[in-house]
Amino acid sequence: MALDKVIALVFLLVCLLYGYVAFYTMDATLPPFMKHNPIWPSSLPKILAVLGIVASLFVILGKSEPQDEDGDDINYRQLANYEYGKAVAMLLLMVGYALGLSTLGFLLSTCLFLFLGTWILGERRWLLSIIVSLIAAFFVWYLVQQVLGIYLRPLPSFFAR
Amino acid sequence: MLEGLYQGLATAFSIEMLLMVVAGCLIGTFIGMLPGLGPMSIIAIMIPIAIKLGDPSAALILLAGVYYGAIFGGSTSSILINAPGVASTVASSFDGYPLSRSGQAGKALTVAAVSSFAGGTVGAILLMIFAPALASVALVFHSAEYFAMMVVGLSAIAAFAGSGQVSKAIIMTIMGLMLSTIGEGALFFQPRFTGGVLALQSGIGFITLAMAIFALPEAIYLILDRKRSKQGDGENGGEIKNLRISKSEAKQIAPVIGRQSIQGFFIGVLPGAGATIASFLGYAVERNIASEEERKQFGKGSVKGLAAPETANNAACTGSFVPLLTLGIPGSGTTAILLGALIALNVTPGPRLMIDEPQIFWGVIISMYLGNLILLILNLPLIPYIAKILLVPRNFLIPFILFFTLMGAYIGQNNATELLLLVGMGVIATVLRFAKYPLAPMLIGFILGPMLENNFARSMQIADGVSFIWERPITLGLLIFAAILVILPSYRSHRMKVQAKKQNAMPEGD
Repeated sequence: MALDKVIALVFLLVCLLYGYVAFYTMDATLPPFMKHNPIWPSSLPKILAVLGIVASLFVILGKSEPQDEDGDDINYRQLANYEYGKAVAMLLLMVGYALGLSTLGFLLSTCLFLFLGTWILGERRWLLSIIVSLIAAFFVWYLVQQVLGIYLRPLPSFFAR
Repeated sequence: MLEGLYQGLATAFSIEMLLMVVAGCLIGTFIGMLPGLGPMSIIAIMIPIAIKLGDPSAALILLAGVYYGAIFGGSTSSILINAPGVASTVASSFDGYPLSRSGQAGKALTVAAVSSFAGGTVGAILLMIFAPALASVALVFHSAEYFAMMVVGLSAIAAFAGSGQVSKAIIMTIMGLMLSTIGEGALFFQPRFTGGVLALQSGIGFITLAMAIFALPEAIYLILDRKRSKQGDGENGGEIKNLRISKSEAKQIAPVIGRQSIQGFFIGVLPGAGATIASFLGYAVERNIASEEERKQFGKGSVKGLAAPETANNAACTGSFVPLLTLGIPGSGTTAILLGALIALNVTPGPRLMIDEPQIFWGVIISMYLGNLILLILNLPLIPYIAKILLVPRNFLIPFILFFTLMGAYIGQNNATELLLLVGMGVIATVLRFAKYPLAPMLIGFILGPMLENNFARSMQIADGVSFIWERPITLGLLIFAAILVILPSYRSHRMKVQAKKQNAMPEGD
């Protein structure tokens, strides 16, 4: 089965779940005074669920269109030829950044993120990359917190008061 | 009117005021490049400084500079790294990013700067002429008409559905609409589809989704395929110098700019999603009326496809000043903040503004001209340097793109869960892109979803049923227009298929 049909199938399941919530569970929590309204919180979701089911069936049952190959787009069937390991590593690094931001503080986690990011992508001039990360992290922190006044915890949490 | 104009000119043309505009434009452009900081937040940040100036005209001129600078800065990140930080520049990335990928970043930025300038200037002229008359038109638009406008906006998705991909585009739109129902709606005080997760209570942030859909998959593509980021090696630097618009391209975009500055302005006059809707509709309309050859270019780096949304969104931004200055109604988040600034400066916008304080009214309009002009003068020489961002080696460029997408989502929501959401949705978007699902409709659905639902709900409550659809002529007209926009492209491609079959019955590989 082609990937686009698998996606349509997954979307169909999502729609069924979404529709189930909209049709069977949402109206139960509706306060009585809102029942006189011509439109309920569940109205749009119900319509969307039905439309979504119809549209996904069209893709699942329709014949696969011959896709115009751009030449520069990535062919997922040959994922092994691409540098997917690096991509996964970068994604994990982003997750790590999200989790570490509040405990490590902005400056340290940003430096680590940028340094490890360049390292994963194959940069081995580590001194350059450390300097660049340090400058960038400090510059962005200065701009966002000191100039714009949006608070970013700069230091690890155990340093702060 | 001429007297007022003269007063405005006299206020605006002093060394001090010109310095204000220059400063405003520079600040706006550079901060606006960071995704997550759109015109609205930058203006909000600049308000204390503007108020400290004390002089309302000076403050307004500074803010106008910041405003236009920020819009241009936002387009820059859409065009260069496919990271639209503001809803109204999403459409600019559709053709702007392909252009810069093909080594024409300089040209793309020039087209953007020129068409923004034209849009803003034509908008300001129209504002001058029509402001009083338009104020009454804006009042004719009720929820029903807004609902119909949103439907017209949604129909723009048809423009992204390539041959036979309509059902995929529809799926993506529905997915976007579904995502927009997560969280607490404005009309119903009831959390929906949050699954009990507290961070979802306020819904998914626009920037989070925009970054997850556009910037993140692009960055992943760049990592996966080393060849893809070949401009980043610093070897083909010569290509970026190509920033002149050729004569034939100028001929192509001139009518687009003409049409879109007028269309954009009038859409912008309506309070609501002015600039965003204007840019999507501008893109869709231009794609529909383009010739067969040119239509194929749309989405692959067409200068027309970049000029249309850029012109329309700037014209619409100017248009949104009509209800602000004449009625005191802020039509967008940005004008709402400007309203706050005006009130803090002891100026009350409304019907009496033009009579009581003409120098402010005209000062605003003149400052728009100035802001636009200075922006163009400042940025054209800067473009080669801005475009050099792409020459940063890929080992550094990609982590920085990812870092800025993360920052954009974090600054907007100040919430680390949002970052996890960003990564998760980014992975889903990448898989969708593998399967060649068009991603833009998802974001369009997400942006228009809440407005669509709220206006529909409000008109249902007012009319107590769906009768408003045929009882209000403007609503009906807009809905019919939307239907035409959806049907026309598929009808065209159907007709073409039939013709092709008739003409060459020769066996051809499917």
